[in-house]
Amino acid sequence: MAGVQVANVSRSFGAHKALDDVSIDFADGGFYALLGPSGSGKTTLLRQIAGFDFPDTGRIAIGGESVERVPVEKRRIGMVFQNYALFPNMSVADNVAFGLSVRGEPKATIATEVQRALDLVQLGKLGGRKPHQLSGGQRQRVALARAIVTKPRVLLLDEPLGALDKALRVDMQIELKRIQREIGITTIFVTHDQEEALTMSDRIGILRDGRLVQEGPPEEIYDRPQSEFAATFLGDANIFRGDATGSGIKLPDGTTIKASTGASVPAGTKASCAVRPERIQISTGAGMPDAGGANVLKGKVSKRIFAGNNSTYFVDRDGQTLKVIVQNTGAERLAEGQPVVLNWSPDSTVLIAG
Amino acid sequence: MADQLAIASRRGLRPALPLLLPAYLWLTVAIFLPLSAMVFFSFMTDLPLAGKEWAFTLGNYAAFFSQSLYSRLLLSSLRLGLEVTLWCIVIGYPAAYVLAKVLKGRSREAIFLLVILPFWSNGLVRIFSWAMVLREGGILDTALNAVLPFKINIDLMYSYPAVIIGLVHSYVPYMVLTCYLTLQAIDDSLIEAGRSLGASRRQVLWRVIIPLSMPGLIAGSALIFVPVVGSFMEQRILGGRTGTFYGTVIEDQFVAVFNWPLGAALSFILLAVVLIILALAAPVLRRAG
Ligand SMILES: Nc1ncnc2c1ncn2[C@@H]1O[C@H](COP(=O)(O)OP(=O)(O)O)[C@@H](O)[C@H]1O
Ligand SMILES: [Mg+2]
Repeated sequence: MAGVQVANVSRSFGAHKALDDVSIDFADGGFYALLGPSGSGKTTLLRQIAGFDFPDTGRIAIGGESVERVPVEKRRIGMVFQNYALFPNMSVADNVAFGLSVRGEPKATIATEVQRALDLVQLGKLGGRKPHQLSGGQRQRVALARAIVTKPRVLLLDEPLGALDKALRVDMQIELKRIQREIGITTIFVTHDQEEALTMSDRIGILRDGRLVQEGPPEEIYDRPQSEFAATFLGDANIFRGDATGSGIKLPDGTTIKASTGASVPAGTKASCAVRPERIQISTGAGMPDAGGANVLKGKVSKRIFAGNNSTYFVDRDGQTLKVIVQNTGAERLAEGQPVVLNWSPDSTVLIAG
Repeated sequence: MADQLAIASRRGLRPALPLLLPAYLWLTVAIFLPLSAMVFFSFMTDLPLAGKEWAFTLGNYAAFFSQSLYSRLLLSSLRLGLEVTLWCIVIGYPAAYVLAKVLKGRSREAIFLLVILPFWSNGLVRIFSWAMVLREGGILDTALNAVLPFKINIDLMYSYPAVIIGLVHSYVPYMVLTCYLTLQAIDDSLIEAGRSLGASRRQVLWRVIIPLSMPGLIAGSALIFVPVVGSFMEQRILGGRTGTFYGTVIEDQFVAVFNWPLGAALSFILLAVVLIILALAAPVLRRAG
């Protein structure tokens, strides 16, 4: 087992910078999600760590040992590909045995290790099948068993669940997490699915256009996004833009929004505030407790979407549409077109430097 | 068209008949009729031309077994077929690999054209140009003596190697094409998966790429081996006195001796031998593929 250090790595394809000065420290034994829209450089970063491609500048170390000159096959990594990349001419057992067999392990060792790996992914009885006789989820498990049977130092997964349907994906997320805990392997997991990143990982790195936008534990990124992009890419957020006042921002129409988390922005410069939709209270305004110090805005419901356990209200206010999510507690539901008052605490408001 | 075929499979063969008929008619006329005529000839004592007397006989087939010359020639033709096929693999497979996995875009198209070129040139022209290259005082001899400090005589003309060179040149495009097609269908991520599991490039080649390209290697080998065993043109022009093979003997019967019945019988024996070889090889090859 080993951690992975990526330091100031850049990689260009022609004039296009696929990775731009990316530095991340992947902790030993951690589960790390690389999250970003398509084309943001996630695969490229993974390929640098694996050794399929090499950085123009920057350093990569696995377990404290620099790997710039180490070819793929000597890096002792395990990789799960998006299309699984199982060898179609080999049985499931032979696929899993491949890594041990090229190393020249004795036959008996290979057989027991392969069986143990197949049992771990709950495919103990299917060793004799060919990959084309398996379902998508089963192929996924074989690919995982094949990648971990060699006891690699790092497990790299490139959107491994992307091709599965929703229900199967959730099953596999739980399964993958269980296996990762069981063997305690450093895992780097590429995904463009924010929910997957939030639920599975200890830390998340958000990439955009080849740059690392923000990096940290899921709670920290969700509660204290450092950019509008991070706020809206990981979860939903209402964004207000205005001029910093020192304790929040002043919107163009003069309304002030107080924020007590996030960056400190010098007064007078451009800044924005982000509020999660579930942090906002919505009411008709009647009998509302005088919320001293809370942010208050008036608006009108333009649309309501009922989703069973919650409802989403879209509230129009001065040309901006705000999103509010209300848990279904049995309270009175607001009608479309109704004037409403929104209020939320400055503690739930994140100040972001413009 | 697709609809029609779908319907055909649902209602049986009858609606598909109009689609199949032209192909079967052509096959009947172009292959079956001449071939049956040849089968007929092979059992005759003489050609029924110019009012010559003829009778049924098994003698033409018996000739093959009574004269050891024919089976010796057949063996050397089979060996020639095997050697040419092996050389085509040795030369064609790496070329196909580079085309499919290394080159991209424009350069791939250009190299592809060069590989296909022998197909488009006339067979005789191709062979005679080799004659110019290989003979003493020819292009190869002159060129080598121009760069080497000592005098050597290169005269490959009228030799077994010359026959091999000519045949390999004619047939290697088949191997390149069939292998290129199977290699291109191998996903690059399979190669990367192999490497990530600790296999060197060489191990990936032997354990992943070559097993997966078996269908191409087998198809290419069959396309080369069968016609080379019966070939005669390269042997005649490049082989000279060493160029007597089973195919040239058959050709002689048709164009020089006018013993069509013997030529036909020898052809069918060749056909039978080749079919037996392919049938024996099939189970082994199926497992490999
Ligand atoms: N081999 C390559 N040649 C040229 N451009 C590439 C290559 N690999 C990736 N790119 C470019 O780099 C950018 C990042 O790609 P990638 O890392 O695959 O994104 P992601 O995995 O986040 O969707 C994309 O714009 C892509 O077109
Ligand atoms: Mg990708």
